[in-house]
Amino acid sequence: MGMTRSEHILARSSGKARVAPGDMVVGKADVIMGNDITTSLTVRILDANGITQFADPDKVFIVMSHFVPAKDIASAAMAKTCRDFARQYNIKHYFEAGQGGIEHALLPDEGYVVPGDLVLGADSHSCTYGGVNTFATGIGSTDLAAAWTTGELWLRVPETIKIVFNGVPKSPWVSGKDVVLFLISQLGDDGALYQAQEFHGEGTQHLSVEGRLTIANMAIEGGAKNSIFPCDDKTLAYEAGRAKRDFQGVEADADAAYAAVHEFDISNLEPQVAFPHLPSNCKSVSQAMQEKVAIDQVFIGSCTNAKLEDLRIAAKILDGHQLAKWTRGVVIPASHNIYMQALDEGLISIFAKAGFAVAEGTCGPCLGGYMGVIGAGERMLSTSNRNFKGRTGDVRGETYLASPAVAAASAITGFITDPGEVAPADTAAALTQFTE
Amino acid sequence: MAQPQPKVYRYGRDINTDLILPARYMMFNEPEDLAKHCMEDLDGDFLPTVRYGDVVVGEENFGSGSSREHAPMALKASGIVAVIASSFARIFFRNAINIGLPVLELPEAVADFRHGDPISLDIEEGIVKNTRSGNTFQAKPYPKEIMDIIRADGLMNLIKQQRIAQG
Repeated sequence: MGMTRSEHILARSSGKARVAPGDMVVGKADVIMGNDITTSLTVRILDANGITQFADPDKVFIVMSHFVPAKDIASAAMAKTCRDFARQYNIKHYFEAGQGGIEHALLPDEGYVVPGDLVLGADSHSCTYGGVNTFATGIGSTDLAAAWTTGELWLRVPETIKIVFNGVPKSPWVSGKDVVLFLISQLGDDGALYQAQEFHGEGTQHLSVEGRLTIANMAIEGGAKNSIFPCDDKTLAYEAGRAKRDFQGVEADADAAYAAVHEFDISNLEPQVAFPHLPSNCKSVSQAMQEKVAIDQVFIGSCTNAKLEDLRIAAKILDGHQLAKWTRGVVIPASHNIYMQALDEGLISIFAKAGFAVAEGTCGPCLGGYMGVIGAGERMLSTSNRNFKGRTGDVRGETYLASPAVAAASAITGFITDPGEVAPADTAAALTQFTE
Repeated sequence: MAQPQPKVYRYGRDINTDLILPARYMMFNEPEDLAKHCMEDLDGDFLPTVRYGDVVVGEENFGSGSSREHAPMALKASGIVAVIASSFARIFFRNAINIGLPVLELPEAVADFRHGDPISLDIEEGIVKNTRSGNTFQAKPYPKEIMDIIRADGLMNLIKQQRIAQG
């Protein structure tokens, strides 16, 4: 019996010829990452246990992203805990706000994670890196302390479910975000609990790497342990000029065993909108439009959807337009490099002229941090990943999840809007995430 | 005066970490600071009534969402001694074990418990009793790797023991 992509990486990283679902392995990680919130707790755990030696300090990544630049005095103290630790141990891969960004945009975009890696990240959206053919999964702060100390961590080999996307969306407005919202609505918020998702099919082949990263990002919203895309021509083209290390991607064997196979024809898929308060609570944008949902704030940001492709499509739709009178907007490019590229391409200027408040490199209101948390009775349309009750601000507020294209179109009208209603199709055709 | 018997807080499915401990308090790392806000967006009666020894019971996908270890820390520091659920989100499950908060997957017990039911627990043996209904439930034993962490009282203690053993 052959192995799936995930099993190949777990076998390689644990020094075994083969592994099978249910096996407990001790995997040696290539990158072990914490953000400001999880690292500050990890520092406390390391201090309490008197640990001052780390297995491989160059594999330690600390990315300041959630509450930086500090949102208040308590956050400043928290950030300082991380900063002091990084200085004390001279951590090479320490990224300050204004230089790094959100970890899940930064690490793949700048080639720190590469195909075939085992990546452990103390943030639930660490599954994002599966978009570039890694086995990447989220851990907590004690696991992070353990992994930094020993360089490895115990992992249960998950069962793999094979997801096959047949066809390529006919609508040029459909992106990776719409595909993953649709997937969660079909399989449920815990439909992949403890499992690995492995993506195949024509739709997968044609999807850009940034679109794949968006799908992998939301694997956790379906309960998955990880999510893994192929290492194909698109991946190799993406890694060219990015990858900071040599790499060897993995592919599933022809006789690999899957716990289930789910096939979806996505050729007629429409843009999707997740209504409050679960990502699975999806409607097509045409259905959503019929409900005339007025939006108080549009947020284009987060590790899910603030990469360069995302900003390009949103800016293209917004170019020459203004935010609707009673709708406000926040744009937060997901990393400093993405922010600088958006500046060079004139995208930031388009957002600013449309009336958006523009910041950079932080999670912002996605998790109710700052720079756009919502109040009681307010509705936010967000390109982020979770619309749980109370997550983005007051527990009486509502969050809707959608793609950057739907967010930009809705910013113009003030209601949840199909991008096709406000922008010509050739706009999308030039920027679609599904290409040859 | 006799101590009141530990009781159950019974919730539904998809109790996510934003509900258990909202992100707006994650600047805090001390368990007692986190405990002051545990479950506050979900259940306004939790904090005023929770006592040491009480148990949270949830349905499917308990602890979904973020990887914040602050969530099981807040539950433990507020006095909760175990969480019983039909199923757990995997990062919450790991985090809870790693900090020494027992988590038991027991769908039959979840179906039996109502909010406020008196409960008695034997964590070592994995035995749960609903004193109201009189029903007793037996959790499946943990795999050896997880039992080693529980016996060592947390993952960091286990690592330290292993390091000492290796000299």
